[in-house]
Amino acid sequence: MSWVTKTLSSTLGRKLIMALTGLFLILFLTGHVSGNLLLFKGDGGEAFNIYAKFMTTNPAVKILSYLTYISVIGHVIYAIILGRKNKAARPIGYEESKSSTNSTTASRNMGVLGTIILIFLVVHMQSFWYQMHWGDLPLVEYDGETYKDLFSIVTFAFQNELMVAGYVIAMGFLAFHLSHGFASAFQTLGLNHKKYTPAIQAVGKFYAVIVPILFALMPLYIYFTS
Amino acid sequence: MILDSKIPAGPLAEKWTKHKFTSKLVNPANKRKYEVIVVGTGLAGASAAASLAELGYNVKAFCFQDSPRRAHSIAAQGGINAAKNYQNDGDSVYRLFYDTIKGGDYRAREANVYRLAEVSVNIIDQCVAQGVPFAREYGGLLANRSFGGAQVSRTFYARGQTGQQLLLGAYSALSRQVANGKVKLYPRTEMMDVVTVDGHAQGIVTRNLITGAIETHAAHAVLLCTGGYGNVFFLSTNAMGSNVTAAWRAHKKGAHFANPCYTQIHPTCIPVSGDHQSKLTLMSESLRNDGRVWVPKTVAMAEKLRKGEIRPRDIQEEDRDYYLERKYPSFGNLVPRDVASRNAKYVCDEGRGVNETGEAVFLDFRDAINRDSEATIRARYGNLFDMYQQITGENPYQTPMKIYPAVHYTMGGLWVDYNLMTSVPGLYALGEANFSDHGANRLGASALMQGLADGYFVIPYTLGDYLAGLGTKPVDTNHPEFEKAVKGVKDKISKLLGIKGTKSVDYFHKKLGKIMWNDCGMARTAEGLTRAKAEIKALRAEFWKDVKVLGENEELNQSLEKAHRVADFLELGELMVDDALNRNESCGGHFREEYQTPEGEALRDDENFAYVAAWKYQGDEQEELLEKEPLVFENVKLTQRSYK
Amino acid sequence: MKLTLKVWRQKNNADKGGFVSYPIDGISTDMSFLEMLDVLNEELTEKGEDPVHFDHDCREGICGMCSLYINGKPHGPQQTTTCQLHMRSFSDGDTITIEPWRAAAFPVVKDLVVDRSAFDRIIQSGGYVSVNTGGVPDANEIPIPKTIADEAFDAATCIGCGACVAACKNASAMLFTSAKISQLAMLPQGKVERKARAEKMIAQMDAEGFGACTNTGACSAECPKGISLTNIARMNREYFSAVMSSENV
Repeated sequence: MSWVTKTLSSTLGRKLIMALTGLFLILFLTGHVSGNLLLFKGDGGEAFNIYAKFMTTNPAVKILSYLTYISVIGHVIYAIILGRKNKAARPIGYEESKSSTNSTTASRNMGVLGTIILIFLVVHMQSFWYQMHWGDLPLVEYDGETYKDLFSIVTFAFQNELMVAGYVIAMGFLAFHLSHGFASAFQTLGLNHKKYTPAIQAVGKFYAVIVPILFALMPLYIYFTS
Repeated sequence: MILDSKIPAGPLAEKWTKHKFTSKLVNPANKRKYEVIVVGTGLAGASAAASLAELGYNVKAFCFQDSPRRAHSIAAQGGINAAKNYQNDGDSVYRLFYDTIKGGDYRAREANVYRLAEVSVNIIDQCVAQGVPFAREYGGLLANRSFGGAQVSRTFYARGQTGQQLLLGAYSALSRQVANGKVKLYPRTEMMDVVTVDGHAQGIVTRNLITGAIETHAAHAVLLCTGGYGNVFFLSTNAMGSNVTAAWRAHKKGAHFANPCYTQIHPTCIPVSGDHQSKLTLMSESLRNDGRVWVPKTVAMAEKLRKGEIRPRDIQEEDRDYYLERKYPSFGNLVPRDVASRNAKYVCDEGRGVNETGEAVFLDFRDAINRDSEATIRARYGNLFDMYQQITGENPYQTPMKIYPAVHYTMGGLWVDYNLMTSVPGLYALGEANFSDHGANRLGASALMQGLADGYFVIPYTLGDYLAGLGTKPVDTNHPEFEKAVKGVKDKISKLLGIKGTKSVDYFHKKLGKIMWNDCGMARTAEGLTRAKAEIKALRAEFWKDVKVLGENEELNQSLEKAHRVADFLELGELMVDDALNRNESCGGHFREEYQTPEGEALRDDENFAYVAAWKYQGDEQEELLEKEPLVFENVKLTQRSYK
Repeated sequence: MKLTLKVWRQKNNADKGGFVSYPIDGISTDMSFLEMLDVLNEELTEKGEDPVHFDHDCREGICGMCSLYINGKPHGPQQTTTCQLHMRSFSDGDTITIEPWRAAAFPVVKDLVVDRSAFDRIIQSGGYVSVNTGGVPDANEIPIPKTIADEAFDAATCIGCGACVAACKNASAMLFTSAKISQLAMLPQGKVERKARAEKMIAQMDAEGFGACTNTGACSAECPKGISLTNIARMNREYFSAVMSSENV
């Protein structure tokens, strides 16, 4: 084995991949939520549709999006590999366990939270990402240029109470996942220092609350305004 | 046979240097032809095993714990002495030597003690190089503190966990040699017997504590680094597993046992709270710097305290007896360990003890807190106060601590010569397991020093001298002596398992402990010792008739492990009593009530007892033979200790 | 106090094992938890039943030999070792569940006794400074800032009991391993071999079958010596920088 494969097959190497992909996905979420704020603009979706076209055609964004796909896949695969190793490390569990006294629920259930988020992600991508790329979308024209009307698909989807409820709940899970994942990634990278760690943790908690809330507000806003 | 201490001739300060030069050497290519067995992996054992393996010898290291890192050296709190004189306060090798000889009440060998002081400086260098995190000053250099029995600051420390850090250092050196393949480690393995061939130690018999397998190991030399025997008292500050078995079985194979009656009883331990008590916990001696020791003036008041009718704080100043301050105005609460312990016993014997069992005195921080504030006291002793509260459930900031003396260290042990060899050629004893350096009383922070001195800096030289004279003939376990020893061990196991009596091993151990504590403890009399001897004999007979050891040999069987150890304690106990009865004087940790000054202090008899009492085993149920090694003092003048 | 003890009994490593309940009476609040088990064992011996086997030695909280997963927590409800846990932490009538450490790397030997030699092998793989006895410089030759020495000491206080592994949902040994890597990486004496040490110790830790770290912090929260998670972060830094820059291709 070369030193690269050896490193990436060690527990710490695998954790490194989890941390780096996780942090990249956090960056992605930041971009995603910022762009989607255009849904609140109340311009009938014009800004949003222009933004959607930019995101699917700009070459730089393309590279970023491929990185995102790789991150998602890497994050999932390595979560499975580590999860199996962790499971094997304790073949017989405890009869009684008071783990709630020594750690947070989110930290102990990253795998479960991640799985739910993954399921959500499949539904979400099928609903919008797939439609945007390969679906038969209605077209709109702004200033003489044609755009796919993703906005109409979004507004249509969020007329459905079940869809809205599902999105809001999924964002709850995302919040929990982020509440541990954000600071945890820094810890894995070895970035722990008494000067900076409290700030990282505070930003992590803030991020874990604000980003899912903004995302959750989008279906709610659309549901109640249209 | 005359015991030859093999002390090199010449001036004290040159003995060791000269001896190292005149000792034979084993050439590097030949070292790998020698097998060495090290039993015990505490400070002495781990340091010896590592150092010998580094030199090229093939080492097998044995310990009964699950890992070498658990050895009881780990529990030492205070520190380790070394004559570095980093503090520029007048310390020197000679001063450390002198303090140790005097502290030992002039019952140790000058040459050994001087060598100990001499190599003490190397120990600190070695440990720092291993990454032992000693306490440091802001300038980055090593910090020192002062300790009992010395007027200079020469104690190096790592908070209250010096023993732990030193042991982990030695353990890491040992682990490195395990990885190198030069040390083979046998954890959870107990030594059951020494095998001698033609009078030379040539191996051991062991029991694998998990499978019960009885195994044999051959070697050119056997090193016993198995610690002290304080657990003969059942209650002591020793670990539960600490035992005399290895040393005792070596004794029965011909190694003399020296000064078994020298027992150190530490004055500041948490008192016994009931019959369930399994061990005693030490509270650092440093507490006596600020705490005041007292009991009520009257028995009536003490009784009220014991019944819980009054609280300590209710007792007015005029009704308190600060007995140490009263009797020893110049040293007060800081008298040496033996004096403080004995006086606690006296006041409790008078009926003035302050806890339910009547065996405790107060160590009161009220005045120190009023003088210096609670925060200051917390900064000084916070961890000790927390530990006290954890164990007793009482808050020592609000109510005085209760303390009582407890057995802590045994100065006696296997007799060894200057080379640390016992009276059996090829069999060595290092650390607390030997008798050599502390005389009748050990100074604080000297146990760690001795263990590491023996292992790192003495045995690597002296063992080579013996091996070089031995030739490089390989050893194996085919000799009939091994078979004989194995049979002896197996018979003993079958016998223990076959008694199927009615009383548990602990029952006998506790009973033995009571006898030893009452009659061979802090204060001894001929009458009490004679009684104890008869009681121990009777108890031993009862043990071999009525002990109940469940289970079988071929499994992890903790009752069987204990049974072996207690069987040996039951024999050792009698020898301790014999030794105490023979020594018609008081010195250090040995106090015979018949021999005291008019003020109640220990009265030595240098004319008749300035010797090492080395006992030779004569056979089962036979009286042991006393052989004397005279102690010659060429450099120090013997004086009476006074702390008035 | 009157209690019910639900104790894991397992004759040997090959045995399947199971819980057995023992009622016990006359327990004093002053007893340590292990002394309470001593009482149980005396009673069992009297009845001719095999006593419950458990590891213990110093009984003053420093040797690290005692273990036990008590009522869902390593070393029981207090952040201390089992030998320092006292019965006043329990109430009359309680049922106390006592289990061995559970980890693939810590196989059960008998009852509550487990084999922790994996920890020894991790240390053997590199938890030392490669100096022989003798020939070392004077102890004061290299000054070490007090803060560094203190921090190294904090890491060095690990007693190797395995509570971190027992507490971790992944049975990970990262806190144990990082404490040693951290201690030696901070001190100048240990810096010489820091790269090789980090690589070797982590490889051994993985080979022993311990799980990975999810940064839950349970290990540190249950550690009787309060070893900090910063050590794990430092270990990660040591490891990543080692694999990026060591000569070990």
